[in-house]
Amino acid sequence: MAEAQPETLAKQLALVIDLNVCVGCHACVTSCKEWNTGGAAGPMSDQNAYGAGPTGTFFNRVQTYEAGSYPETETIHFPKSCLHCEDPPCVPVCPTGASYKRKEDGIVLVDYDKCIGCKYCAWACPYGARELDEERQVMTKCTLCVDRIYDELLPPADRKPACVMACPTGARLFGDVKDPHSEVSVAIRERGGYALMPEWQTQPANQYLPRKVTAAVGE
Amino acid sequence: MHPAWSVIIFTTVAGAAQGLVVALALAELLGAAPSAALLDRGLLLALGMLVVGLGASFLHLGRPERAWRAVMMWRTSWLSREVIVLPAFIGVVGLWWLSLRGGGSTSALPLLAIAVALLLWLCTAMIYVCIRFIQEWAHALTVVNYTLIGLASGAVLTAALAVLLGEVPFARSVTRWALGATLLAWALRTVALRRNAALKPKSNLQSATGIRSPKLVQKSMGMSAGSFNTREFFHGASAAAVRHVRLALHGLGFLLPALLLMAALSFGAPLVLLPLAFLVQAAGLQAERWLFFAQARHPQNLYYQTVS
Repeated sequence: MAEAQPETLAKQLALVIDLNVCVGCHACVTSCKEWNTGGAAGPMSDQNAYGAGPTGTFFNRVQTYEAGSYPETETIHFPKSCLHCEDPPCVPVCPTGASYKRKEDGIVLVDYDKCIGCKYCAWACPYGARELDEERQVMTKCTLCVDRIYDELLPPADRKPACVMACPTGARLFGDVKDPHSEVSVAIRERGGYALMPEWQTQPANQYLPRKVTAAVGE
Repeated sequence: MHPAWSVIIFTTVAGAAQGLVVALALAELLGAAPSAALLDRGLLLALGMLVVGLGASFLHLGRPERAWRAVMMWRTSWLSREVIVLPAFIGVVGLWWLSLRGGGSTSALPLLAIAVALLLWLCTAMIYVCIRFIQEWAHALTVVNYTLIGLASGAVLTAALAVLLGEVPFARSVTRWALGATLLAWALRTVALRRNAALKPKSNLQSATGIRSPKLVQKSMGMSAGSFNTREFFHGASAAAVRHVRLALHGLGFLLPALLLMAALSFGAPLVLLPLAFLVQAAGLQAERWLFFAQARHPQNLYYQTVS
């Protein structure tokens, strides 16, 4: 029953989300859907898309929170996708091996051809990062645009996840969190990057940069 | 969590079948030997119920045609282990049944059947226990309750079957065990319910978002008409409905069956009481399993509180 200790990978690609500058425009949500529905991870189906209750598969969502009491309130837009945990609880529970973490770059992926749609991996993810595609009946999730970031036909500057390319405010940083000199590592180190739900020891690779309180002009 | 009918059917029907096999195997091993006809019908019934359970578990899958792949990851996945042990149990029970048909008499097969039945309860319960952040499930009581509830309903079924086949003395002695198992299962299920009621969730909106403000509310979950996250992890039933299910759990699952078993013992096990006890308990245990899932508060629900 002893679970194997998580291997420490030499490389771990991840996103760092800057909550200071996310304006909640959902451009990352739509660009993610656009890229991935036509890419290797697609199609991401929609149900009742033009009806009263549209629903569908998304790998990325932007939520909104309000902190504090009026008039001292803050509105915080909060993008949320798979965190590509270093010890992903969704992987060992998969009965078929469809869910796996890549050794070469730490991306957590689903092999759709092996997935039986039992949903156990989604139960085993505390973040709700996985969504079953209702049409294909297989589990889907953020791939960090694995079919884009290594594409040598794209100019090097474009070899980033679609959400990162689309963000108008630069709220999404992408890189290797195991490389101490990468943009993401520097941001985590210098700006207090933190992990979600640290209480479950999943060691999320994606981290968030907290809001800095800045004094109003003239104060 | 949203209780899936397929998983409720599978765990209750297979659990009762496991209990039936264990009761028959113990009777055989202890020399309380019921007639050949009872063993034959009992094992055949158990096989039928296990096949029904297996069928229900297939229907839980989005891609049932690929179910065979689920045996691959037995090194890490309790679900994979269950997928291996369930057919193995069907195989052992089938072999035992065949060897009895062929006139054989061995204690190896009933012993093996008991061991594999226990292993199957362990696998089924560990599927839930090993999800550490569903605090309602992540406890040894889950294993204890899956096992005791299966043993209880299987023992009641054995007694009911015995009385239907005219084995009244055997039915009476099994009824005592069924009553004991039912009361014990009730006590430990109650302990689990108490534990769940007292649980403090380890995660909260602050830890889920990392926003340190003591007052923090969600204003939008990011979509207007729900998603897999809102369908799979919320039971959607009203508080009143949940209360009724809890009443059914206690009343139909344990109290009424226990009274019927006591009545059967004092009135010399008339034909109707024991089968009635099984049917009532079977209905109550559906409620028990429904609540087992509905009570589990998944931390992902913190992210899905408000539509706007």
